[in-house]
Amino acid sequence: MKVLGKEDTNQEKKNVNYLTAKEVRRISRENRKTTDEFEKTRERKNVSVDEYTTIMKNNDNLMEVENLHTYFFTDIGIVKSVSGVTFDVPKGKTVGIVGESGCGKSVTSLSIMQLVQRPQGQIVEGQIRFDFDEYIYDLAKIPNEKMQQIRGNEISMIFQEPMTSLNPVFRIGLQVDEVIELHNHGMSKEKIKNRTIEMLDMVGIANSEGVYKMFPHELSGGMRQRVMIAMALSCDPKLIIADEPTTALDVTIQAQIMDLLRNLKNKINSSIMLITHDLGVIAEMADFVVVMYAGKVIEKGTAKEIFHNPLHPYTVGLMASRPKIGGLKAGKLYSIPGSVPNPVDMPDYCYFKDRCNRSMKKCNGAYPPEIYVSDTHMVACYHYLDSEEEKHD
Amino acid sequence: MTERANGIPNIYKHKNEVEDYVIEVKNLKKYYPVSSGLFAKVKANVKAVDDVSFNIKRGTTMGLVGESGCGKTTIGKTILKLTDKTEGKIFFEGIDIHELNRKELRKIRPKIQIIFQDPYSSLSPRMPVGEIIGEAVRDNKLISADKYDDYISQIMLDCGLQVYHKERYPHEFSGGQRQRICIARALALNPDFIVCDEPVSALDVSIQAQIINLLKELQDKYNLTYLFISHDLSVVEYISDTVGVMYLGNLVEYSDKETIFSNPLHPYTKALFSAIPVSDPEIKTERIILEGSIPSPANPPSGCKFHTRCNYCMDICKVEIPEMVEVENGHMTACHLYHKKQT
Repeated sequence: MKVLGKEDTNQEKKNVNYLTAKEVRRISRENRKTTDEFEKTRERKNVSVDEYTTIMKNNDNLMEVENLHTYFFTDIGIVKSVSGVTFDVPKGKTVGIVGESGCGKSVTSLSIMQLVQRPQGQIVEGQIRFDFDEYIYDLAKIPNEKMQQIRGNEISMIFQEPMTSLNPVFRIGLQVDEVIELHNHGMSKEKIKNRTIEMLDMVGIANSEGVYKMFPHELSGGMRQRVMIAMALSCDPKLIIADEPTTALDVTIQAQIMDLLRNLKNKINSSIMLITHDLGVIAEMADFVVVMYAGKVIEKGTAKEIFHNPLHPYTVGLMASRPKIGGLKAGKLYSIPGSVPNPVDMPDYCYFKDRCNRSMKKCNGAYPPEIYVSDTHMVACYHYLDSEEEKHD
Repeated sequence: MTERANGIPNIYKHKNEVEDYVIEVKNLKKYYPVSSGLFAKVKANVKAVDDVSFNIKRGTTMGLVGESGCGKTTIGKTILKLTDKTEGKIFFEGIDIHELNRKELRKIRPKIQIIFQDPYSSLSPRMPVGEIIGEAVRDNKLISADKYDDYISQIMLDCGLQVYHKERYPHEFSGGQRQRICIARALALNPDFIVCDEPVSALDVSIQAQIINLLKELQDKYNLTYLFISHDLSVVEYISDTVGVMYLGNLVEYSDKETIFSNPLHPYTKALFSAIPVSDPEIKTERIILEGSIPSPANPPSGCKFHTRCNYCMDICKVEIPEMVEVENGHMTACHLYHKKQT
């Protein structure tokens, strides 16, 4: 699982060279103190329901993530993987989250699922409000036992690597059965098997009875991803989190899987949170797009707004650096210089300033505020501050 | 070329007078035997590459696309003689490299280099970067000892690395910079031909653009020839001059870039191109969705290997293997649909 992200560990190694053993001990002692406190509040017994019951800001939303902060307390300092992420997932819509590796997309989804590696990883601040029809809970504060009932039943996840997410020593049928059994207590064996086969049929596996008896290695990558999707959908979740569901697949298979996800979404009427670094996939699937950079949302809006009128220099650069079929071939491909800043030691000005081709004097100041250019389109960049005089200097 | 060819017997030479081809592949076949039983009886052959021919002109890039398992990488490896061929011929600058003995091959090797997909596993973690880049240069005595240091520094600067990076180890670099080290390592031997085996697919989008630009710059500077293997069609379209599309060990279509992207002929190519996601939510492309997945190469379908997934399948496709025909100038395809029109 990609909890800490390869990039984070790399960055850590780089910094280890500049820390003395004494400093590392001091940092880890301090971290222990803070994480212990977080753990203590988490591990409490008999938490009253009032503590994590909230109200939605907008009733059309299935989930509202507000000012989410997820930090990792490592021996070389605090890695702020997600720092202040706010976005909504409306009912029955697809929200796409784009960004490069290490920008916190996966950690955001793991925070929603409460699967962040504890005790190092902690949700420090923020709310994740989720609408369960009868009640509205804040997933950031919900106790573990309660969360276990929600995972799989209400929110389920499709991971990137279908090869590593399936257990190689158990038959496909058994693995899907297990999911259904766990979430529907008291269902008879026969009913479970029928449900599994029905699910495999639904995701377009032609020989579902045969596949039921197969082992994961007998299936191709696309088929394995279908099994994963069948597993995720087996309890009719309200929200499906798809973390790079097609990255490990070929283009023709990717097209099949995207088609399948789109059809299934309409069939069971759920929302999808699609995480990917492929702008093409986002454009095809998503209704709303959230662009993340270094743990922050730098731009969000409807798919049309983001793709037709990208505002933040990073979004613009990201789109330009992708060669387009049938696009202009003359000249060089645009490339964003440099790389993502060190997550342990983030600058206090705009995180993108050092790589930005449009940076100005004002960018040296505090991190830019969220600026709404339309009702749905938000961008965090000083270029779009309204007052004219500020633009001039 | 003449210096290097010294000491190589003339009988292997084969010079094409008309075009300056760096690589000529003729009817290349590579089978991997699948054996089982007590005496390892050969049960079947996995036909990884089955009768593939193409040429690459000097200073150009050929893109090779196809789904995983279609034999793209095997072709790259066989051209470098990292694996032995089963049948066919591969000429590098007119010399059949698979006929050379070890000593002769050693002379050729620096001229053919490869860049691998994963920059995390293709660099030795125990060697400083300067050593990774320079080891083969010293080993092949390409440069005199007094010029060696400057030479390595120059190569590193060319590839966008700093001279002080020489003493560092690979783990201190990010993915994009590691790929630069891999490129520098290949480039240090002053090659004519580089096989790029998915060099950007493990990298982030913004870093991909940097590496693609670097490869293009180096090509212009040193007149390099590339075989660019990738499953990412938009990258292939950007960097290639000619494009070959592979399916299950066969080359199904081959043409220059403009023709193949504006007028794909083979049904598989059409499906492959239509599967590319377009980054514009307004444009809804008519997508040809292929049913099922790629068949096992150990037991490929009879006749045209694509007929099990093809929308235009005819009776003849199930029986007869289609031959490569030239439909328009330089645009080759292996499909029965175009055989009819010819006759």
